[in-house]
Amino acid sequence: MKTPFPCWRTTGVALALLLCAGVTWAQGGGLKGAPAAFTAECTSCHIGYAPALTGEVNWRGIMAGLDKHFGVDASIDDKARQTISAWLMAHASKDSRYAKSSADFRISTSAWFVRQHDEVGSKVWKRASIKSAANCGACHSGAARGDFDEDSVKIPQ
Amino acid sequence: MVHACLLSGLATGLAFAETPAALLAYYKTQAQGQAGGDAVRGQTFFNKTHGNEWKCASCHGAVPTGKGEHAITHKVIEPLAPAFNAQRFIDLAKSEKWFRRNCKDVLARECSASEKADVLAWLISLK
Repeated sequence: MKTPFPCWRTTGVALALLLCAGVTWAQGGGLKGAPAAFTAECTSCHIGYAPALTGEVNWRGIMAGLDKHFGVDASIDDKARQTISAWLMAHASKDSRYAKSSADFRISTSAWFVRQHDEVGSKVWKRASIKSAANCGACHSGAARGDFDEDSVKIPQ
Repeated sequence: MVHACLLSGLATGLAFAETPAALLAYYKTQAQGQAGGDAVRGQTFFNKTHGNEWKCASCHGAVPTGKGEHAITHKVIEPLAPAFNAQRFIDLAKSEKWFRRNCKDVLARECSASEKADVLAWLISLK
């Protein structure tokens, strides 16, 4: 079909590419510049979740309830909490798709997370090689660096 | 003496020789007359449940000379026994933080100094 404004199509493709780049960034904004307190306190029990994986509301909720952190006591001292909170807030996603909060503040129950993983069946999640949605590194080899590039996803058997 | 040094170290943040043996001595002192530092009792304590679902071994493994795995996230947990991981029990504040958190998960309360001394004595005995 001939379009009256061919340049629109080009612009559209460029916009789509930009958007994709934006999505990659928003999902894996990375852990660059993470304060030492983040690494010490947040990466002992799970990988460091990049702040851009969710928005301010979820991070605020998580940081306010560390003594009951998804069933585990993850309480930390005030100084570390303030340092980590400031960094999370500064780098939390501002994109409404990713910043939207979830009822229990979990990243894995966020609408974007559920949508992005909708092709992963419930049996796959339960595989011994995966076990938990918190175990990002099972499929995303760069997860610990905050790299969630879709091209590098390998779902283990 | 060890007790005073450790306490002043905690208060001021000054560097001093925090070793597994020094931490064990500290916990024994803190136990104030209660027996502490019994490795056999520490092993039993580590490997049994205390009213909650988890035991220490749930994440650290029954004999924590090798890697453990977090019971929920499945993240690898480095060995806990100091002979197998030089980063363990060389920082009293860190040791206290993890005892506080993990004991609440396992026992729904903080551990006593004698319980900490028992567990640490057992961990130190693993070679």
